[in-house]
Amino acid sequence: MLPWLFLGFAALLVATAVMVVVHRNPVTSALFLVLSFCSLAGIYLLLQAEFLGMVQVIVYAGAIMVLFLFVIMYLNLQHDVETGAQIAVRRGIGWMVGALLLLFGFLLANRGWAPGPVAAQLPAQDGGNAAAIGRVLYSRFLFPFEITSILLLVAMVGAIVLAKGRPASESEGA
Amino acid sequence: MSALWNNEVFQVAFWAFVKVMIILNTLLGVVTYLIYAERKICGHMQARTGPNRVGPFGLLQTPADVIKLLLKEEFTPAGANKILFHVAPVLAVFPAVATFAVIPMGPPPMFVATDINVGLLLFLAMSSIGVYAIVLAGWSSNNKYALLGGLRSSAQMISYELAMGLSVIPVIMHSGTMSLVGIVQSQAGTYRPFESLPFALPNWGIFHWYLLLPFAIFFITMFAETNRAPFDLPEAEGELVAGFHTEYSSMKWSMFFLGEYFNMIIISSICVTLFFGGYLGPGPAMLGIVWYLLKLFVILFIFIWVRWTLPRLRYDQLMNFGWKVLLPGAVVNIVIATVWLYWRANG
Repeated sequence: MLPWLFLGFAALLVATAVMVVVHRNPVTSALFLVLSFCSLAGIYLLLQAEFLGMVQVIVYAGAIMVLFLFVIMYLNLQHDVETGAQIAVRRGIGWMVGALLLLFGFLLANRGWAPGPVAAQLPAQDGGNAAAIGRVLYSRFLFPFEITSILLLVAMVGAIVLAKGRPASESEGA
Repeated sequence: MSALWNNEVFQVAFWAFVKVMIILNTLLGVVTYLIYAERKICGHMQARTGPNRVGPFGLLQTPADVIKLLLKEEFTPAGANKILFHVAPVLAVFPAVATFAVIPMGPPPMFVATDINVGLLLFLAMSSIGVYAIVLAGWSSNNKYALLGGLRSSAQMISYELAMGLSVIPVIMHSGTMSLVGIVQSQAGTYRPFESLPFALPNWGIFHWYLLLPFAIFFITMFAETNRAPFDLPEAEGELVAGFHTEYSSMKWSMFFLGEYFNMIIISSICVTLFFGGYLGPGPAMLGIVWYLLKLFVILFIFIWVRWTLPRLRYDQLMNFGWKVLLPGAVVNIVIATVWLYWRANG
């Protein structure tokens, strides 16, 4: 049963990811992205990474994509109607990157790449994998973890500075 | 037939289906009389009698209303995005129903549909999916009042979701698990906060001092997450007509209504599970469901009580309160609870 579920989620993931790129309406594109995040969460669940699956839904589908939708709706982008030379260049680059990725995929498939056993060793079931992730995060990956938190803090301060704008006295002089 | 019956996958699916049907139909019944209770209680608060015409004591009022809604015209605005307009009401109901899979309504395994080790996260994930119903309903109606209502409401829900997510962290640290059954079982037994107390309290989350502030924050965010008064700005009828569901009629509108009541039940169940010992209570274990329902109904009554007592907040007050009071409060409490729990374990 599990392989079939995996195939179903994987097919949904690929199909929705393609629709994100192909669809003309930005709101619908964003919603397809939400759907693809949810099917990715489904795949995490099948890999017994329940914590990761739930966090995927909470953070990406629940927080980030809602903000995306917000921006799209506020700007009221109805349809993508970009044309001209610039879009042609962009499209060309897109095709090139896509071809490279396809080549990469073929290489992987040729080398007999396939999903192995679910996990080398399953995390202890009593604490669940949230405990296992926490233990690894605060020991082996402590440094990257702290760096990430500083990065987020910097982004937050930057956002506040940008949102506040210049003080009134300065903008009068300018 | 017996080969099919002995198939393990089939059995899992079959019992899951049975449990889903039982839960769904019971929920619908509870919602029917929750609506009746809301109208009765608000009536008595305003010195009226409330519904009393259809059936004895007006008990058949809600079924009559449902039939009326079913028979009404289903109207879709010409400028609406047809698909999303239909998807939004479904999304309003689905997350609440999905969350019920992990709520322990009585001692496991009989009264728990499924116990997963991230049950609490599933609740948070589903409540964050619930925001989409309102955003999409507001946007797809192609109506400026609906859009404003939808944006307001989603901004409110995102802000309060953060505070809610942070307020449950001390509970997780206290019980050491994210499984809702585990959280309930960690509250078993009695507890004496200090020696001079003449009687022992039940070991519920609410009686531990470092879980008091999380409870207060969770309790406030409960109202905001279900879009109920005093946080019902999305449907502030004086400013926004009916908010995000302005353009909805007939059963589609009642799906939003149903979703609101489902969410109330869900979030009250989570509150009972986290802070009031869930199905725990004196007597044999089978009485668990009675205790759970009793606690649930008390919280639901408070929901209704608050709605008909407090006036609506202003939008900027709401946002300020969420970001400048609840969020820092929840963060500070995490620090305090962490230090206290570490000190008690190692000090």
